[in-house]
Amino acid sequence: MLGRLWRKLSLLFGRSRFRSELDEEMAFHRAQMEAELVEDGVPRDEARYAAKRRFGNATRIKEQSHEAVGFRFETVAQDLRFAMRQLRQSPGFAITAVLILALGMGVSVAIFGFVDAALLEPLPYAQPNRLLDVAENAAAWPRSNLSRADYEDWKRENTTLSSLEAYGGMGYLLHLGSTTEPVPAARVSDGFFSTLGVEPMLGRGFLPGEDLPGKPKIVILSYGTWLTRFGGRRDVIGQSVSLSGDTYTIVGVLPRSFEFAPRRDSEFWVPLLDKRGGCEDRRSCHNLYAIGRLRDGVSIDAARADLKRIAKQLEAQYPGSNQDQGAAVQPLYELIVGDVRPILLTLLSGTALLFLIACVNVASLLLVRSESRRREIAVRGALGATPARLIRQFVTEGILLAAAGCAGGLMIGGWLMGLLSRLIPKPMLIHLPFLGDVRMNAHVFLFAVAIVVFATVLLALTPVLRLSGMDIQAALGEGGRGSAGRFWLRLGANLVVVEITIAVVLLAGAGLLGKSLYKLLHVESGFDTTHLATLNVMAPDSTYSKNEQMVALYREIDRRLSALPGVQSVGLTTDLPLQCNCDTDWIRIEGKPFHGEHNEVNERDVSPGYLATLKAKLVRGRMLTEQDDASHPQVIVINEALARKYFPGEDPIGKRIGGGDLAPASMRQIIGVISDVREGGLNEDVWPAEYQAIYRTTDTYFAIAVRTSTDAGAMLPSIVSSLHSIDPNLGVYGELTMQQQIDSTEAALLHRFAAWLVGGFAAMALVLGVVGLYGVIAYSVSRRTREIGVRMALGAQRSAVYSMVLRQAGWLTITGLAFGVACSIGASVLMRKLLFGVEAWDVPTLATVVFVLGCASMAASFLPARRAASVNPTEALRAE
Amino acid sequence: MAGKPDLLPGTLDMLILKTLSRAAMHGYGIALSIKRFSDDVLTVEEGSLYPALQRLLVQGWVKGEWKTTETGRRARYYTLTAAGRKQLNLELSQFEQMITAIGRVLRDPQEA
Repeated sequence: MLGRLWRKLSLLFGRSRFRSELDEEMAFHRAQMEAELVEDGVPRDEARYAAKRRFGNATRIKEQSHEAVGFRFETVAQDLRFAMRQLRQSPGFAITAVLILALGMGVSVAIFGFVDAALLEPLPYAQPNRLLDVAENAAAWPRSNLSRADYEDWKRENTTLSSLEAYGGMGYLLHLGSTTEPVPAARVSDGFFSTLGVEPMLGRGFLPGEDLPGKPKIVILSYGTWLTRFGGRRDVIGQSVSLSGDTYTIVGVLPRSFEFAPRRDSEFWVPLLDKRGGCEDRRSCHNLYAIGRLRDGVSIDAARADLKRIAKQLEAQYPGSNQDQGAAVQPLYELIVGDVRPILLTLLSGTALLFLIACVNVASLLLVRSESRRREIAVRGALGATPARLIRQFVTEGILLAAAGCAGGLMIGGWLMGLLSRLIPKPMLIHLPFLGDVRMNAHVFLFAVAIVVFATVLLALTPVLRLSGMDIQAALGEGGRGSAGRFWLRLGANLVVVEITIAVVLLAGAGLLGKSLYKLLHVESGFDTTHLATLNVMAPDSTYSKNEQMVALYREIDRRLSALPGVQSVGLTTDLPLQCNCDTDWIRIEGKPFHGEHNEVNERDVSPGYLATLKAKLVRGRMLTEQDDASHPQVIVINEALARKYFPGEDPIGKRIGGGDLAPASMRQIIGVISDVREGGLNEDVWPAEYQAIYRTTDTYFAIAVRTSTDAGAMLPSIVSSLHSIDPNLGVYGELTMQQQIDSTEAALLHRFAAWLVGGFAAMALVLGVVGLYGVIAYSVSRRTREIGVRMALGAQRSAVYSMVLRQAGWLTITGLAFGVACSIGASVLMRKLLFGVEAWDVPTLATVVFVLGCASMAASFLPARRAASVNPTEALRAE
Repeated sequence: MAGKPDLLPGTLDMLILKTLSRAAMHGYGIALSIKRFSDDVLTVEEGSLYPALQRLLVQGWVKGEWKTTETGRRARYYTLTAAGRKQLNLELSQFEQMITAIGRVLRDPQEA
């Protein structure tokens, strides 16, 4: 076998020698024959001709000899040359086909790049599939923060994790030189980096025990911080940096490749150290999350059971704080990509459909061509080309098209990846850092190869199907005239139905996603989102440690900002609306049955002017006033959701609520009810909420909302400078108008990303589908010109011709639409996770899609119908 | 040509191999030899001979060598290889089986 291959190969490379040897051999043969004839007495001249005659066609013998030993290499090259010539002959067809393929493939490759980056590429940690996201869960939250006390117990008691490390967000005021700037940071436990398997590129990581309260203050810098704030100097190790007035010693710098999506923007990483602000002393204060690494051989279910067991013990031990507090355990991977997975999968399905429609379109173009080449095929067949050889010719053309299209597709794909990763909004990149560096890699390349093979097979097979059903004699006899080929019409029509079906699915998907986005952005917020400037402030703890100092600051900010021209009113709050259902409080209603359950409500500390600034509607009672400070009894304003849930059918005004133990210090009286202001994200439920006076707190973080009479964005710089004139050490960040806030919420970003992309796919699908239909109808009309001519000569009216063509198009369209509507309902049910405020079978969307596609199809078939109706019978009959 | 029986399909290779088992020969010699041995009944078409020879070469059953003939011209002489001899024996036994089988079918039962 091997010897045979070797001999074949040596023949292939010594082709010219093979030929000359064969030539010589055959010449010798002829000479011998001639000599024999001469011996028999035939004259020399005649003998030569006789020998030649008897020998037969030398070229043919050579070819056959060659075929017997060769690799068909040469006929392939011949086919290829011929295919090139064919494509060059009809550049319109070739360019269209290659473009369609390249576009379809480019989009698919690009989207796959993102899917690969997000879903297939492992996280940049050691053994990432053994890493867990560990959190608590409560009735209201499937995944809630972990309290430090619980974390410490879990860490000590568990038997399934080789390490369990906590992390939490933090903000510091960075004092560098004379400037003060708020910076995001993270507090982590000592083994955090070693659990991830990350080594600092400079200096060292945290050592065991360095996170305990009272230990020296040390900090590790992120790579970007080291580069931008410390000039990338290698001698920063050992230097000190001032964070919120405390001095920290820099011990390490993280490598450039390090990223931890849940706290990605963190510039400084400090050990947990002191239990902050009294919060971490309380078991009921949840402010951390944790990562865990599974011990060898332990499954995630075992770890979950283990932690749930510990949580149960703690619940029995500390009923007050831990009632119903369980454990939530999932792969870390799930935490990071869980939210984007449905979107990416939807996009991937969308691209798959788009690619399919592109292939189908090109396939039907190929069919049209093979149809108009019937005569050529018939002639070649009659001249002796075997069916196999003819088929090979078409396969070669298909492969050539696919190859050209795919080469273009790879280029477009690479370009699109770059473009899309630049288009991804910044806030989304913070959560999904891996989307920023999508590029061609082995996975993407393999995927590209797979779809190239698919396209090639499809494009090569279509004409084969077509050819194998063809009768050469009939084709010759027909001479390419007469009625359109039956087979072609049937297959072509089926392809058009497929195209329209896909177009409906994509259009409906885009419509539903677009509608979801619209609903999301126009969700009832409960306040006036226009002309509202917002920003966050961080005040240095050192200057503002007492309540009176904070209250003075609040009042000063209120006074100074209100005095700015263009400002109508000013409000202060601990959290702006539309951010999160967070910063909650557990309440108990005085005089109602209570069994220790955690009645979770949003708690917002606000200035008296805040709710009025939002233009929240007061339903009953009164708003907070300047008098509701620490020297007066505690009062609160609640939202309707709280009133509905805890005071059904009652008037809540005057009722009192407190903490779980109804301690006198926690008791506050309800003085007013407002209609719901959406505190949580756009796609989250409205939770019960209570608003109490900010004048009672010592919180140094707060947010400001400013109602302006003009463009809110234009007011932001003067608001910031005004704040700095009050105290230059105030850290100000997140200056945005409320409209910008809404547009940049994660939900809005994800929905917008999905809606735009799927919308783009749908637009392409619409164009391709309609072009496909146009192709079929136009082709069928051109084939039937003679038939139409005969009909008209026999008295058919133009209107009858019109309706004949339109009826054909109408049937195809209606069939496609019907299939499409059925399929798109199925598809939308699959992607209902992405829908917001719309049902998968949203009738207006489907009706619009059907209407748009129907109109487009009718327009596409109207042109050929018009051409058919304007056929001049005499010309049609005389032609050809 | 009419009236002359065609070569049984698949037997050309065997005939060439058998011919070469007697002596090394050039293409013309093979054609001539088959013609003579068959008393002019079998004529090997050149159109089949040369492709067949190439096929046998590739299979490794024959070997080609350029030599000078008695008349002083260069010609390619083919010789049988060991593998070719094995192949010839195989084909011969298969052919005999086939002929015997056909003979049995064709014989009239009364004669048995």
